Amino acid sequence: MTDMRTKADPGLTPERLTHLQRLEAEAIHIMREVVAETEKPVMLYSVGKDSSVMLHIALKAFYPGRPPFPFLHIASGWDFQALIEHRDRTAGEHGLELIVHHNDEGEAAGINPFDTGSATYSQTMLTDPLKQALTDHGFDAAFGGGRRDEEKARAKERVFSFRNASHGWDPKNQRPELWSLYNARKNKGESIRVFPLSNWTELDIWQYIHLENIDIVPLYYSAKRPTVERDGLILMTDDDRFRFEEGEQPVEKSIRFRTLGCYPLTGAVESEAADLPSIIQEMLLATGSERQGRSIDKGQGASMEQKKREGYF
Amino acid sequence: MADVEISYRPDALAAEDIDAYLDQHQHKSLLRFITCGSVDDGKSTLIGRLLYDSKMIFEDQLAALEADSKQVGTQGQDIDFALLVDGLAAEREQGITIDVAYRFFATDKRKFIVADTPGHEQYTRNMVTGASTADLAVILIDARKGVLTQTRRHSYLCHLLGIRNIVLAVNKMDLVDYEQGVFDDIVSDYRDFATEIGIEDFVAIPVSGLKGDNIIAASEATAWYDGPALLDHLETVGLDYDRRRKQPFRMAVQWVNRPNLDFRGFSGMVASGRIAPGDPVRVLPSGKTSTVQRIVSLDGDLDHAIAGQSVTITLADEIDCSRGDVISAADAPPEVADQFEATIVWMADEPMLPGRPYVMKMATNTMRATITDEKYQVNVNTMERSPGKQLSLNGIAVCNISTDKAVPFTPYDDNPDLGGFILIDRLTNATVGAGMIHFALRRSHNIHWQAVDITRDAHAEQKGQRPKLLWFTGLSGSGKSTIANFVEKKLHAMGRHSFLLDGDNVRHGLNRDLGFTAADRVENIRRVGEVAKLMTDAGLIVLTAFISPFRAERQMVRRMIPEGEFVEVFVDTPLEVAEQRDIKGLYKKARAGELKNFTGIDSPYEEPENAEIRVNTVEMTAEEAAEYIVEQLFTGD
Repeated sequence: MTDMRTKADPGLTPERLTHLQRLEAEAIHIMREVVAETEKPVMLYSVGKDSSVMLHIALKAFYPGRPPFPFLHIASGWDFQALIEHRDRTAGEHGLELIVHHNDEGEAAGINPFDTGSATYSQTMLTDPLKQALTDHGFDAAFGGGRRDEEKARAKERVFSFRNASHGWDPKNQRPELWSLYNARKNKGESIRVFPLSNWTELDIWQYIHLENIDIVPLYYSAKRPTVERDGLILMTDDDRFRFEEGEQPVEKSIRFRTLGCYPLTGAVESEAADLPSIIQEMLLATGSERQGRSIDKGQGASMEQKKREGYF
Repeated sequence: MADVEISYRPDALAAEDIDAYLDQHQHKSLLRFITCGSVDDGKSTLIGRLLYDSKMIFEDQLAALEADSKQVGTQGQDIDFALLVDGLAAEREQGITIDVAYRFFATDKRKFIVADTPGHEQYTRNMVTGASTADLAVILIDARKGVLTQTRRHSYLCHLLGIRNIVLAVNKMDLVDYEQGVFDDIVSDYRDFATEIGIEDFVAIPVSGLKGDNIIAASEATAWYDGPALLDHLETVGLDYDRRRKQPFRMAVQWVNRPNLDFRGFSGMVASGRIAPGDPVRVLPSGKTSTVQRIVSLDGDLDHAIAGQSVTITLADEIDCSRGDVISAADAPPEVADQFEATIVWMADEPMLPGRPYVMKMATNTMRATITDEKYQVNVNTMERSPGKQLSLNGIAVCNISTDKAVPFTPYDDNPDLGGFILIDRLTNATVGAGMIHFALRRSHNIHWQAVDITRDAHAEQKGQRPKLLWFTGLSGSGKSTIANFVEKKLHAMGRHSFLLDGDNVRHGLNRDLGFTAADRVENIRRVGEVAKLMTDAGLIVLTAFISPFRAERQMVRRMIPEGEFVEVFVDTPLEVAEQRDIKGLYKKARAGELKNFTGIDSPYEEPENAEIRVNTVEMTAEEAAEYIVEQLFTGD
């Protein structure tokens, strides 16, 4: 894929901040607050576009130092190859302390995205190992890239969101958050999920990536890739473990991804958008919301809230 | 819907010329606003309408919305916009919004963040939370109902939180046939009230959230109205940040950036003003001065920074500066004080008690604070003032508050970032209150510690003992006084210098002005703690026998005394046993309802979790217990 990103002008207006500058300043403020007030923070690094924005802001927040916390990636074992390459290259470039956690037992027990139901699969290979890794390392605060515009349950979640010892969320028992004051005091066994991008929208994320020229996984840009269509989703046959059903043949299609999950469960969109302005243009004119391509969110309206109560990030 | 065609379409430019669109979008400013009103006022419908009309709803969401509307909607076959907004499962079932939810939409001029909060009185804390970050408030009124108690409440709270832009949206105009007279009467009523509480200006707009009148464009149905449509106004109104930039430079230091020995930067968000390299600055509270050397950033040093930016600056001189300090323009430093008058909004089920210590977080400072005096409470519905001794959930009061260290601040009205604070419960760590500083109390400049030559160590040495405070706690009738008395006799026999402060005796003198309400109990313990502290300073072994039912107060006294000198003695007697003994006949009275707030009966006793010494009076006699305590006291000494 050729890089066709155009370099945008940072557009600093001299005496008034733009909305992106205010959002960036807020995110930096939140990150510094966590570093100042918690004992052992970690940044959840899913390698997706939101994570890439978080990482970029973290590099700014602590410059000229490096971000004073490690980056945790929960690898399900079914991640896109391009994502893993991007992860390792980025970590090397910025000298990040990268922790990769994988549920070996789940894999040994034969849990996989083809035979296991999507709920059990994501619980076993994503949610459980996340909880396990946070507990094992004793992290008391974890940055996540969640945004309030993603989903109704998120719209109510605080920037500092507390989890009990089993990582569950209680939406009825959230601390009031006033001004830019965050109460980071924990009770025994509690940990905090911190969402510095709470007030960003999908458009803000893309616009910021464009403005700041942030390197993202190439899968977000359109290219010819081998695919099969199944249950209304366009899936990419990313490696030779992909299990074809009867009659299925890989078809070359020009596709890109709006969100990156486990490759056998993540739907692509057909697209010719190979640079950021085109992606943003497609997004603005799109008719489906961002999470549409994730099979994990299907179900009744309240399902995300249910998952969060149980510890989904 | 008949009026879907007039939908606002920011994507037209995106389709035509994406680069021009991006350029436009990257220069947008941000407006945060709050909508106030109850479900009946059509608040969720109005927000849903703004999201829908500014095309923030995707087709899949729209499909879900249409399905939901038919299933649980209140608009027949039409789209129920309220369902877009009402988030959590529980509230969807109940049909009300419970918490603060944030929504986002954008036009070609601005990006908007809407804080959507419930309007009922029991959700005052949620409204205050949403209002704390808002530049503007939209107060909804049902045209059929006019100015209601809740309208007053919402307006008062928005004004209290310092929101200067108020929009009065007179909604449901379609249900009063768009009559000008109805609108004018409501505006006139509202103006009278607004003036009364100090709202200088507001903009009134007749709207229909359901039909879309005057939401994104002027409506033909209200030809008599020549003001802006709601969205027009939101796009053009001035921002609070414009005001802040004109104030002197101030930044609370959030974090000291020290990646290596050659670099020491001070990170924080600029709260007001403008800063550039070479500017003279002063660090508060120390008052030391220096000049700004660099404003460091990943994209290269900046030539200046303004309010709202998160920056890292270096100073020309090596002066002490750490988290909690404020760096300010050298010639316009903020005040430094440890006693303030403030308005406090209470946010917890457990009431606020004057005298009880809380953790206070203001800007980047964390300290201990107590409310020393509650001056009056404000009834949020009538604005009437009344005296009070405590403050319950959603209560608002003007109080004096005292902190354990002097901190830099500005009055809240000048700058919420340096004059707004939260109060945190020390045991549950919950955020229990929020406050806004009015001014510093004069006294805080005048009271100083007098240095003395004979130190507490000298006093203790002369007596040949280590001072201790033995704090006996337990139910009435548990045997605290009896055991403490035996312990003191033993200490006396051993040649130790001691003094016993008994609860009943103290109430005859020092504390005779106090009753038995929770607030008075806290003050009772605070005074006893202070007296006991002075006695330990004099080198004594002090014994106190008070029920002291609340953990927080015992903790408060523990904090007053040097580490290792506070010994909590839990006289553990089950309630049945204490009640059976009933030496003073108090349990009988309490059971008969003659004594209120009696510990164990209608007031709780919070057992110590980590008492240094615990004696069980069912298993031991008072003498045995005393012997055990003395033994424990001197092991390891």
